[in-house]
Amino acid sequence: MEQKNNTLLIYTLLYFAFLYIPVLFLPIFSFNDANYMSFPLSGFTTEHYEEMWAKTNLHKALWASIKVGIVASVVSTTIALFAAKAFARYKFRGQNISYGAIMIPFLIPEIILAVAILVIWLSLGFKLGLVPVTLGHILFCTPFAMLILIARIEGFDFSLEEASRDLGENAWGTFYRVSLPLYLPGIIASLLLSFIISFDEFVLAFFLTGSDATLPMYMWAQMRFIQKLPHVLALGAVIIVFTTFIVLLAFWLRNLGQGKEKAEFGIKIHE
Amino acid sequence: MLQVWKSFYARSDPAKAYSLLSPALILVTLAMLIPLGLMLSFSFFTQVSFTEIDYSFTIQRYIDFFQKNLLVSLLIKSVKISFIVTFVTLLTAYPVCYYIAFYVKKNKMLWLVLLTLPFWTSYLLRVFSWKIILGTKGVINSSLINAGLLSEPLTFLMYSETAVIITLTHAWAAFALLPLYVSLDKIDFSLIEAARDLGLSRLETFWKITLPLSLPGIIGAILIIFIPTVGDYVTPALLGGTDGRMLSNMIQAYFGKVNNLPLGAASATIMLITVAIVTMIVSYTTKKLTQRIS
Repeated sequence: MEQKNNTLLIYTLLYFAFLYIPVLFLPIFSFNDANYMSFPLSGFTTEHYEEMWAKTNLHKALWASIKVGIVASVVSTTIALFAAKAFARYKFRGQNISYGAIMIPFLIPEIILAVAILVIWLSLGFKLGLVPVTLGHILFCTPFAMLILIARIEGFDFSLEEASRDLGENAWGTFYRVSLPLYLPGIIASLLLSFIISFDEFVLAFFLTGSDATLPMYMWAQMRFIQKLPHVLALGAVIIVFTTFIVLLAFWLRNLGQGKEKAEFGIKIHE
Repeated sequence: MLQVWKSFYARSDPAKAYSLLSPALILVTLAMLIPLGLMLSFSFFTQVSFTEIDYSFTIQRYIDFFQKNLLVSLLIKSVKISFIVTFVTLLTAYPVCYYIAFYVKKNKMLWLVLLTLPFWTSYLLRVFSWKIILGTKGVINSSLINAGLLSEPLTFLMYSETAVIITLTHAWAAFALLPLYVSLDKIDFSLIEAARDLGLSRLETFWKITLPLSLPGIIGAILIIFIPTVGDYVTPALLGGTDGRMLSNMIQAYFGKVNNLPLGAASATIMLITVAIVTMIVSYTTKKLTQRIS
């Protein structure tokens, strides 16, 4: 370990400021009594929040986002759980190729995924809407979920499962009574983070929603009009607080019951 | 027969692994590989009228792409912006990761969570917050005018390439931080101490020991920033104006109001190929570099 280095400490703190301050302007201006986002602040008001609450389109978009988010997170976490188990438990031919294939959606520009799904969806003659958006989100969330779950399952003592089988439990019983309780914090973390990814996702939704707007699409549509901005600020502030809470909960869960040295953060990077 | 299959299955790890993997592989095939294949084949078609597409094979769309100066210049600009963003992000994030890996003793975990937290808040909102900061009536301009330092707002802040670069650097920072930190944290500090004991200066130690050992993280960060920023749509659309427009904005237009699906598909394919080429160059250079070091 190095001794103290104040220059580097100050630099690091400035960098933190650079990361956080821009995002903090949303909540600050959401309480500002003006239509423009400029200094000096003109007065405190909660009017923008009331205005936000009164928008029925917003309620619809919120509900759409919640539906898509729940389906996308449950399906991608389930798919990712099986895949993570395969990679953590077995050595097999084609392992690297399979891993790479599942990771691709996370590695290519999102706009290309969106365009590809759009083309096939239109060619099949299906209607755009929340279904293709959900499909895109499942595809996009699965690699994230898998990284989180592999980090949790790796180092898991698989002899516990074998012991359970030897003692007469069937495969399902073993999963339910032995594996699931041990994986559970990872599974919940994966559900929460996938939900957040889907909830905030914009590009796929932009190409695939048609007329059923998700919440980011709703905000996008409102951002163009200056007079509508204040309630978008209020909405943004609410979303930031909500997201932060869920993500902190997920991080805490992820590290629950793990040894200190395994307790990493967010996503485990594989080389 | 069933018995034979069951006993084969019980002994075969690959069979078990692939049955566990099958949902994920089916998903990737149906929702990505086949759609990408179809997108590729669309790039060889022709848009005849607003609703009609001629399905006979032609490479004319690729010729169109390279004959339209606008598209080529947007491709070059996308790559250029991404390179600048990647470089700036690496340069600014590296010292932070270095500090956390080697100086922070207590609560490292907390530092890391705080560092990655903004990344989880909505991308759209992070980009939007820069609009608040850089706008003509935004935070910077209104503060400067209030302080009497300016009489007219600075217009170059908004709707420009600079605005896009600043915003992307902020938006993708967390992506650079993770791999950089992981690779720095893995370095055995006794190597650094040994180098210093043997008389190397701090700078020499960094240049000869720390930097080469953190190379995997640097490469990871380069790829993980470059790839998504090349195809970024939101930032140039919200903050780019005409000056900061990127290829993805044109792709969106071809699938939207311009309605030329084949040309859009060809542009997307070219973007994908560009990403693949850059990935290969970066991985190849790393391999060569690591070989030279070890």
